[in-house]
Amino acid sequence: MKAPTKLKTVKDLEQAIAAQKRLRAADKRPVVTVSAGTCGRARGSLKVLDALNASLRKAKLDKKVKVRVTGCHGFCEAEPNLILHPGDLFYQKVDPKHAEGIVIETIKNKKTIKSLLYKDPVTGKSAAKESAIPFYKKQKRIVLGDNALLDPTQINDYFSIGGYSTLLKVLTKMTPEKVIGEVKTSGLRGRGGAGFPTGLKWELARNQKGEPKYIICNADEGDPGAYMDRSLLEGNPHRVLEGMMIGAFAIGASEGVMYVRDEYPLAVKHVTMAIEALRELGLLGKNILGTGFDFDFQIAKGAGAFVCGEETAMIASIEGYVGEPRQRPPYPAEKGLGGKPTVINNVETWGTIPLILAKGGAGFAKIGTETSKGTKIFALVGKINNTGLVEVPMGTTLREVIYDIGGGIPGGKKFKAVQTGGPSGGCLPTSKLDLPIDYESLSGAGSIMGSGGMIVMDEKTCMVDIAKYFLNFLRDESCGKCVSCREGTQRMYEIVTRISEGKGKPADLELLEELAQTCKDASMCGLGQTAANPVLSTLRYFKKEFEAHIKEKRCPAGVCKSLIRFIVLPDKCTGCLACKKACPNDCIHGTLREVHLIDQEKCIKCGACYEACRFEAVETQRDEAIVIMEGAR
Amino acid sequence: MITFKLNGLEVQAEQGSTILDVARFYGLEIPTLCYMEGLDPWGGCRLCVVEIGEAPKSKLVSSCTYRVEEGLIVHTDTKRVIAARRMMIELMLSTAPMSKELQDLASKFGVTQQRFPPRNEECVYCGLCIRMCDQQMDARAIGFQNRGYKRKISTPFDIKSEECRLCGACMYVCPACAARCGGPNADTDICNACLQVEPTCLETYGELTCWMYDAGRCGTCVQETKK
Amino acid sequence: MDVQTERVNAFVRKHKNQKKALIAILQDIQAEYNYLPREALQQVSRSLAVPLIDVIGVATFYRAFSLKPRGRHVITVCLGTACHVRGGPKILEEFERRLGIAAGDTTGDGKFTLETVACLGCCAIGPVVVVDGDYHAQTSIRKAETIIKQYMNK
Repeated sequence: MKAPTKLKTVKDLEQAIAAQKRLRAADKRPVVTVSAGTCGRARGSLKVLDALNASLRKAKLDKKVKVRVTGCHGFCEAEPNLILHPGDLFYQKVDPKHAEGIVIETIKNKKTIKSLLYKDPVTGKSAAKESAIPFYKKQKRIVLGDNALLDPTQINDYFSIGGYSTLLKVLTKMTPEKVIGEVKTSGLRGRGGAGFPTGLKWELARNQKGEPKYIICNADEGDPGAYMDRSLLEGNPHRVLEGMMIGAFAIGASEGVMYVRDEYPLAVKHVTMAIEALRELGLLGKNILGTGFDFDFQIAKGAGAFVCGEETAMIASIEGYVGEPRQRPPYPAEKGLGGKPTVINNVETWGTIPLILAKGGAGFAKIGTETSKGTKIFALVGKINNTGLVEVPMGTTLREVIYDIGGGIPGGKKFKAVQTGGPSGGCLPTSKLDLPIDYESLSGAGSIMGSGGMIVMDEKTCMVDIAKYFLNFLRDESCGKCVSCREGTQRMYEIVTRISEGKGKPADLELLEELAQTCKDASMCGLGQTAANPVLSTLRYFKKEFEAHIKEKRCPAGVCKSLIRFIVLPDKCTGCLACKKACPNDCIHGTLREVHLIDQEKCIKCGACYEACRFEAVETQRDEAIVIMEGAR
Repeated sequence: MITFKLNGLEVQAEQGSTILDVARFYGLEIPTLCYMEGLDPWGGCRLCVVEIGEAPKSKLVSSCTYRVEEGLIVHTDTKRVIAARRMMIELMLSTAPMSKELQDLASKFGVTQQRFPPRNEECVYCGLCIRMCDQQMDARAIGFQNRGYKRKISTPFDIKSEECRLCGACMYVCPACAARCGGPNADTDICNACLQVEPTCLETYGELTCWMYDAGRCGTCVQETKK
Repeated sequence: MDVQTERVNAFVRKHKNQKKALIAILQDIQAEYNYLPREALQQVSRSLAVPLIDVIGVATFYRAFSLKPRGRHVITVCLGTACHVRGGPKILEEFERRLGIAAGDTTGDGKFTLETVACLGCCAIGPVVVVDGDYHAQTSIRKAETIIKQYMNK
């Protein structure tokens, strides 16, 4: 599409947006939307796109059908997925070889291909429309929903759904104070994890003396298991940029820094393109559209440090230093980047702003609970059937998210725990499934909201192993300044490791609690202060599991290597040699059709046999043919 | 002047003073390790933590870096503070058990048990040597490298630094180095403050270039190149 | 490694000789040479007028940088929480066994470097392994061999 000429006045932008809206409405062609975020691409969505385009050309339909390549739609489990309009038809797990069929059957002959429809893993029922799929039904996708409507690399697509008209409204019809007022009324709290009231933060910064003022978008999304921000930046970068520009206007900032983590190359690419598009149209710089508003963007890339998600560490990183947090006060709103007032907000927070200013803060405040307003996007991952990004109103229970939307635990296993809040959060057990998701409830239960990671675990997950995992992560990511954090996480890791190896002592649990408490108390920044949460929460709810490791030298979930051994169940083995071939250490004896036997002396417990045992020919044979049996060595 | 409460006492201090400054002025003892007059406060050892605010929202902060504010409420020796101090000492002691300064702190604050396996390192990463080298000696020969549990203090590329003037200030301020590094077993004991890696500098340089003049047993001479 | 002073200075100029662009400059150098050569770091220190010890501090603090030459292919195993729960560590062990190196090291023939990352944000397709920017979804212990073979002769 040819780049539009520079927009010089408010009217120019109004007309540009209106023109795109008209074009979109006037385009009556059928549309095929291809979901192509990072995960989609990893699963082959670009190959599907190529096959689709080739088939369309072959059928001479390429000019008659609009193919729109979008970012992620959120239902990762179904990727690569297509949405066909008219009809809102949802095809999941599409392969390039399906392309021909889709073009002929569905686009040309308007017939639905049943095999490509979503099938509920529990009930087996199919759903044709996106809106009928259980995964989407209970969601309220006011922030993420637009991902499916636009090509993130085309600013015209964003215009066509009314994008930037909210910015226009703010610049021409509102004062900064009024904008802040709407944000305060909405009750929006920072979506990065701490949940600080956004309106208040903006107000504090606005009232500071000091020029220039800055805004920063925290796209460092370091919590393992959380990727909401990635999806939003890849799929709808202009939404976030619009939110930032509105914020900059309200606060009086003239420069915005987008700090994106190094591990998100596609997000960096799309954000860079989006900023370039704005610049080309003349929407950045001095006196934008003659309104007197000066603003420009800068991109700073992270370089692989989780601690840089902390406000002051991020500022240090942007300034070219190591990501070492600084003492607060003074808070960034008072003295931030370059010692000037700076507002740092999370990607999702910025992405929610245009919505609040468009529909009004009061409307937003109607969604959610008393203290936690609006919706929140969660990354539902781990041992769950419907992996994906879930946007629900605050107050939705964990049970609803995990079962009604997530479809429950795969493989018929039992739910054991759900981890929220990343390495600063905690693991919540079955007894907490009916907890409403909001800031206070989660912290009261020993976890935190965090940025939105929600990792589901089943009976085969060992909570001691999980505690060890998080401590390993934290001891590596700690900046190393505070003794309480650097030594604390290291020593806690050592203790939990000994417990997982069957070398734990009863006094260890007490020492662990003491150390955890001190780490929490004496550390300077949020990383250290919350580093103990994974340990404390697993001790709180799963103490029996720790005790089993210590007193009985037993790992109930069958995970801790030193406490398990692999054996073959004679009455289930079919003698197929799969495990024998997979074994890297040559420890399985047995010939074809003979029950196999694992040599315990040679076994290195790599798990390859457990993974390999999969009798596709015989449906009822499952992984249980090779069973982890308890027994200390 | 700023008015605030210190251990229940109403006190006054100049804008910009830290809690530590004021506490010491009023004769209160707050232990420190990584703090030294003449160097910027660092706030890493966490020994100087004090409790500010009121329950249930009170929290611990390092008094050497926290500037006083109007109406602040400070308590220097609560249960939480003492527990934190003891744990910091225990943690640092387990890292460098040979340090006289840490042993003295342990006696003073009643740290009587060592529950962590000792690492016998000669460094607690307090950064005094670095700040000394940078701020007082203007050399910037050594610095922190890596992060988290892999943190270390060294010269660029672990070789003799062009910036290092062998002044020895780093060793002078080091609390862990108060006991001696190396000696005849120096190939296993590594002193990070002076980068001595060869047991005998005599062999390397043909003469004792060591200002410590420890008869070649320790030395500040640094290995020329590292493979 | 033959480092051209001019190349490094070009990167410094590209970022307008700003001290705060140190990380971006190092990222450019790493993209060019596949690691941060010693001479490059010394040159950055000179051109930017930032003490060498601070340049080293930054270069060693951030995981993205490597001060040792890396292999022709970099295999990155994701060890995020979701990938961990789905068996990521066992897959890492398999790579370590097959390549004969530990995570963080490079094979003797310079072909492969094995690294880990805390999370790539692709949890739905975990366990994830990335090789040279190619994402491999739903890997397993068995797929490790296939992946190594795929890049062996490239």
